[in-house]
Amino acid sequence: MADRILYAMYDDEEILKDGAKMLVAKGVKVEEVFSPFPIHGIDPIIGIEQTRLGIFSFIYGMIGLTLATTGMWFFMIYDWPMNIGGKPSFSYLENMMSFIPITFEFTVLCAAHGMAITYLIANRTLPGMKSQNPDPRTTDDKFVMECRTSQNTQFSADELEKMMKSTGIIELEQKDI
Amino acid sequence: MHKEAAIREPLILGHKTYHDITEDVCKPIEDKAPRMWYILFGIALVIGLYGVGCILYLLGTGVGVWGLNKTIGWAWDITNFVWWVGIGHAGTLISAVLLLFRQKWRMAINRSAEAMTIFAVFMAGLFPLIHMGRLWLGYWVLPLPNQFGSLWVNFNSPLLWDVFAISTYLSVSLVFWYIGLIPDFATIRDRAKKPVSKKMYSILSFGWSGRAKHWNRFELISVVLAGLATPLVFSVHSIVSFDFATSIIPGWHTTIFPPYFVAGAVFSGFAMVQTLMLVIRKAMKLEAYIHTKHVEYMNIVIMVTGSIVGTAYITELFVSWYSGVEYEAYAFFNRATGPYWWAYAAMMTCNVVSPQLMWIRKLRRSLIFTFVISIVVNIGMWFERYVIIVSSIHRDYLPSSWSMHYPSHIDIGVYLGTIGLFFVFFLLFARYFPVLALNELKTILKSSGESYKNGDAEVHPKPKPLAGSSLVIEAEVETKEKTSEISTEDSNSTNPAGELLAIVGNSSADSKNDLKVIKGIGPKLEDTLNSIGIWSYDQLAKMSKNEYSLLDGLIGKFAGKPEKDDWANQAKELMNTNNQ
Repeated sequence: MADRILYAMYDDEEILKDGAKMLVAKGVKVEEVFSPFPIHGIDPIIGIEQTRLGIFSFIYGMIGLTLATTGMWFFMIYDWPMNIGGKPSFSYLENMMSFIPITFEFTVLCAAHGMAITYLIANRTLPGMKSQNPDPRTTDDKFVMECRTSQNTQFSADELEKMMKSTGIIELEQKDI
Repeated sequence: MHKEAAIREPLILGHKTYHDITEDVCKPIEDKAPRMWYILFGIALVIGLYGVGCILYLLGTGVGVWGLNKTIGWAWDITNFVWWVGIGHAGTLISAVLLLFRQKWRMAINRSAEAMTIFAVFMAGLFPLIHMGRLWLGYWVLPLPNQFGSLWVNFNSPLLWDVFAISTYLSVSLVFWYIGLIPDFATIRDRAKKPVSKKMYSILSFGWSGRAKHWNRFELISVVLAGLATPLVFSVHSIVSFDFATSIIPGWHTTIFPPYFVAGAVFSGFAMVQTLMLVIRKAMKLEAYIHTKHVEYMNIVIMVTGSIVGTAYITELFVSWYSGVEYEAYAFFNRATGPYWWAYAAMMTCNVVSPQLMWIRKLRRSLIFTFVISIVVNIGMWFERYVIIVSSIHRDYLPSSWSMHYPSHIDIGVYLGTIGLFFVFFLLFARYFPVLALNELKTILKSSGESYKNGDAEVHPKPKPLAGSSLVIEAEVETKEKTSEISTEDSNSTNPAGELLAIVGNSSADSKNDLKVIKGIGPKLEDTLNSIGIWSYDQLAKMSKNEYSLLDGLIGKFAGKPEKDDWANQAKELMNTNNQ
């Protein structure tokens, strides 16, 4: 089935939010919202779940912690114990005090970078990627709501258009794909 | 939306719209650079290149070109290192710690403060690297398998902790900064006219599109990175202080070093931010975004951290005497009264006395005074490190090896060179990068913008009638039809005022209550309400969702207020207290 995308443009995030609420109440599925800055409160309206990036970050941090611990145990205790200022060199636990700073730094390093990389990949924002916002003004001061007919089969394209127009939009663009 | 008390000073002055913010921040990037920029850039570049020359000479000849001797084995290099790392503390503190504390004023300064951090840490990192003498063997500080029978680096050593701390700090700050930059690069990309800049900014912006899901992730990653960066920023300077505190040199062997170094770092970092921001706001005409209130907030931080530093100095003096260790006591006595008394005096005046002047409101709100103090503080903090490092070791246990430190011209050249290079980087940043977090600023415009706070602009505007725009493919739906559609949802009556009064009851000027007591109603709105026929609390108390929407249609630009401020409940409470 041919799909038609409707891009409704708003010039204020509050109007968009009201509009989205109204459309969702009528059973319209709002596919996407493009905005120059985060609109607080839009996620539950259009059914976006809280991201799980935080959990990922924790896992990466744990990996870093494990790596740092095993690494320092291997280097300093197992492979080549050295007598440095009389510090206990044959027991990880007794020598652990000196290992805490690097364990901490390495945990943060892995958590932060792992999370950042996951974030970029999950967003599909990587160097050289093409932008996908429907209108260049959506990174300035305009807000665009996207609905697709294929996701709103209970309405005809005209009905959908009419509903979107009644939400205080300033422009409406349609694209057949 | 974030709500802010009305008595707080607005963070964005004047009447700004979202577009104005974009325009104000992007203009300096898109326009031709002013002459002054080229002049400053030229000067910074010359100084920077001189520094690079000195470094090359040092690498070719050896570390012996520094003014060190067998007593003073560590002087300008480590002083400069600690000074730069300290300056590099403000950026992450502003963007991470203030984010966790939900301090909205950070948004105007966090971008350039972070840039400053990154460049300062670059400069700091140079010193340990060139100190190695054989720069090309720098990778030996990493635990790599090697041909010496797997001789590993020493994980017990604070110097190695430093390697990990500084590199983690640098890379995490860089990532944090860049993730915030991506959406702003996208804004510049979408505005760019010239093909080259369009291409450049579209590479830099990673194809950011501003999808709701992406913003959701963006907000989370900002908070989590801030949460990670906060202990990191405290750990970094603690670890730098371990370089000294874990040694057994009198004057260095001090357990209060970590907190005191961190406070000192924040102190000097904020001073550097002040120096730079006061120039940037003028040069790039950003006075509406970075104004007296921001400067005052930063001055308060300087005052607090300066007081911590001052307390630490005095505690050190006291403890050196109280410890009963004569070497320890002598180190401090010598510091204050010995041949380096002038450095000690400079440190004490610049760091202990000058921030105390910030208690005076007039002074901390004065831009010129702030600028002078910020430079004084940076000089003072350089002397602090010099005093701690050189004065502690120049008279060691053996009086025959007592000595003085005289910097060589290479010492001075490398130091000046890092200042030049720092400004080369910073000027490039100011020229090509958005110096304000422009998209983040838009999120606080409605809560902290001046025109929104005093009611000149609407926080929740009414949708404008749809103009016959060419982009609308079928404009059959007339605006009139639309409004009637909306109003039929709410009521079937053509006279909303009459219907409203039918529900809430009629009243007159005789039973007038002071409606202005209700939060959200000003004198103007009271007049409007009276003209509709609403005079008393009793009427307001009867309102609910349906009545609110009727009322919204009657009070024009104040629409939404009744429900937001919950007038009905407020009126009920007022009636109760009046009856008591």
